[in-house]
Amino acid sequence: MLEINNLHAQVGGTPILQGVTLSIKEGETHALMGPNGSGKSTLAYILAGKPGYEVTQGTISFDGDDLVKLAPEERARKGLFLSFQHPIEIPGVRLDHFLRAGYNELMKSKEAEELDPLQFDRLIRTRAKSIDMDTNLIKRSVNEGFSGGERKRNEVLQMAVLEPRLRILDEIDSGLDVDALREVSEGINQLGTSHSSTLVVTHYERILTYLNPDFVHILINGKIVHSGDKTLAKEIEAHGYDWLNPEQDS
Amino acid sequence: MVQWENMANRSVNEIAEQSYNYGWSTEIEEESAPFGLNEDIVKWISHKKKEPEWLLEWRLKAFKHFEKLLKNEQLPKWANISHPPIDFQAYRYYVAPKPKLELGSLDEVDAEILRTYEKLGIPLEEQKRLSGVAVDAIFDSVSVATTAKDTLAKYGVIFSSVSEAVKEYPELIKKYLGSVVPYSDNFYTALNSAVFSDGSFVYIPKGVRCPLELSTYFRINAEGSGQFERTLIIADDSSYVSYLEGCSAPMRDENQLHAAVVELVALDNAEIKYSTIQNWYPGDENGKGGIYNFVTKRGKCAGAFSKISWTQVETGSSITWKYPSVILQGDNSVGEFYSVALTKGRQQADTGTKMTHIGKNTSSRIISKGISAGNGNNTYRGLVKVLPNAINSTNFTQCDSLLIGDQCGAHTIPYLEIENPASSVQHEASTTKVSEEQIFYCQQRGLRPEDAQSVIVNGFVRDVVRRLPLEFAVEANRLLEINLEGTVG
Repeated sequence: MLEINNLHAQVGGTPILQGVTLSIKEGETHALMGPNGSGKSTLAYILAGKPGYEVTQGTISFDGDDLVKLAPEERARKGLFLSFQHPIEIPGVRLDHFLRAGYNELMKSKEAEELDPLQFDRLIRTRAKSIDMDTNLIKRSVNEGFSGGERKRNEVLQMAVLEPRLRILDEIDSGLDVDALREVSEGINQLGTSHSSTLVVTHYERILTYLNPDFVHILINGKIVHSGDKTLAKEIEAHGYDWLNPEQDS
Repeated sequence: MVQWENMANRSVNEIAEQSYNYGWSTEIEEESAPFGLNEDIVKWISHKKKEPEWLLEWRLKAFKHFEKLLKNEQLPKWANISHPPIDFQAYRYYVAPKPKLELGSLDEVDAEILRTYEKLGIPLEEQKRLSGVAVDAIFDSVSVATTAKDTLAKYGVIFSSVSEAVKEYPELIKKYLGSVVPYSDNFYTALNSAVFSDGSFVYIPKGVRCPLELSTYFRINAEGSGQFERTLIIADDSSYVSYLEGCSAPMRDENQLHAAVVELVALDNAEIKYSTIQNWYPGDENGKGGIYNFVTKRGKCAGAFSKISWTQVETGSSITWKYPSVILQGDNSVGEFYSVALTKGRQQADTGTKMTHIGKNTSSRIISKGISAGNGNNTYRGLVKVLPNAINSTNFTQCDSLLIGDQCGAHTIPYLEIENPASSVQHEASTTKVSEEQIFYCQQRGLRPEDAQSVIVNGFVRDVVRRLPLEFAVEANRLLEINLEGTVG
């Protein structure tokens, strides 16, 4: 589904990613871990096409498309979803209105039926229920005045509605207490289908005990230095990253 | 850099593109006063309209006052706007389609004019009309048609042109014309009072809830002309009316002048809701042409428990200078001002309100949303004045500015004059930018950048636009969208 090959990228002229190669197949969950500043979020933004994040070398293919050539909204319409580390406030815009606009764009691009507000209201409520989320957020302005937990729950709800092929979760665990973390993780697990894949970007092993990744990759200084199964995350939790850093004398 | 980024960057640097859909003009035979402004022109207009002597005298007094102010250069200078001196001799102060049309029968309205209004989305013919709305159509200096008069007459509601009202209801006109906005109020009210040619008149009798939305559509068509209309609305005891005005003009290289006066009177327990969608031609991207919109609007809550509510969506005009205000004279009366003002290209807007609390327990609420894009310059200017006897009065003011791009300006200038310690006022203000982050977030959910911007702008103005009658709320959002095309920043 996603093939990243020797990816180099820079932000504001500063090279961040220095040859990332990663392959994610349908149905797989991958975790990307690494210390602060290693380039984890940069990779997430590069995949989503954030302005200012520039690919200088290498390729990214998503379901056979050259991702780099697509505008962010085209990537979204092809089923790439980025759950934001800091979801953005859009004052005055009701969440259900906002999400219906996005949903209908997706439907349009698939030549599927667009939904009127009433139909969409039913859809969003059904989807919220399917992931055990209450619907009190949907009439509020997008992320405005939301608590940290509400923001992250909102991202999960959006995934439940938009049903992406590839979910990129950029530190979805940051700012969550233990209960909220469990709730958000359970929501994500309920979304899982065999036709979609997940890339979990995180500092901490904790969320991975819920999300159960098939693979764990360690990104240091813009390169994946080590890959393994989920026991690797346990080792990181116990020993930190230093032992994996190729530039560190051990 | 990849292709779509180039596109995004290009539009950041572009000055707001002009996209004015109402810029065409109608070819029609017209009858007009000669260019220029003098006492004879004032007399000519009054004569043309077969006015009674008292009205001509009032006009002449206003004209004398205007001449004095002009001679002493007492034009309003405090607004945050700039323009070259206006040559008041360079306009025609009366232009009407020829022949003068008798009101009341659409059969007599020139087919070109009917087509004009249809093209503007305001069909006047019976079978095509918007349901639930009565329309007075003002074309250059005169009212060309007023619809649904019969329906309204059943309720005793008077909805006519001012010209007609002068003839039919002289007592009401005599009593109320200039009672809220005297001709001497300011430079432009003196000018308007001298040369006003038409406008709409509304009277709602006691206890009547007006069954239709009343609306006036103003169209400036003729070259080298100005429009100087007066609107007068009187809501008698315990009545209610919702009134809406819309306006547009052809694209012309000259700066046309629109100096209107609107007066509202709400008696005991009456409510007037006055909405404006202003879409005069804003001029081109270099600031050439466009309407100077110098308008004085004021309502008087004369009676106890009366309410006047102004809602405006201002997207057009090269310069907007207007402060729809409320005099809260009756005890327990309520004044409201909800405003969206959009400036792009070289547009300038200095707009806001004055709430004057005179009666006890009066309250006012001000919500102003300014949007600046391109090189637009947007100023909110508002006065909340609480007089010594206005005990237990309250005001809430919220002024928000939204910036698109980094060449535009937004200013908030609130004045508070509180002469009564038993009253409370509250002021909130914010300035935000449409951020790249917001646009990207929307894109990540499938929206194009242009649609993302519309979504963000619609959210910003929602609090104001939702107060418009439904059909017009849709129109207002569409106008904002069209006006912001090509401004994604």
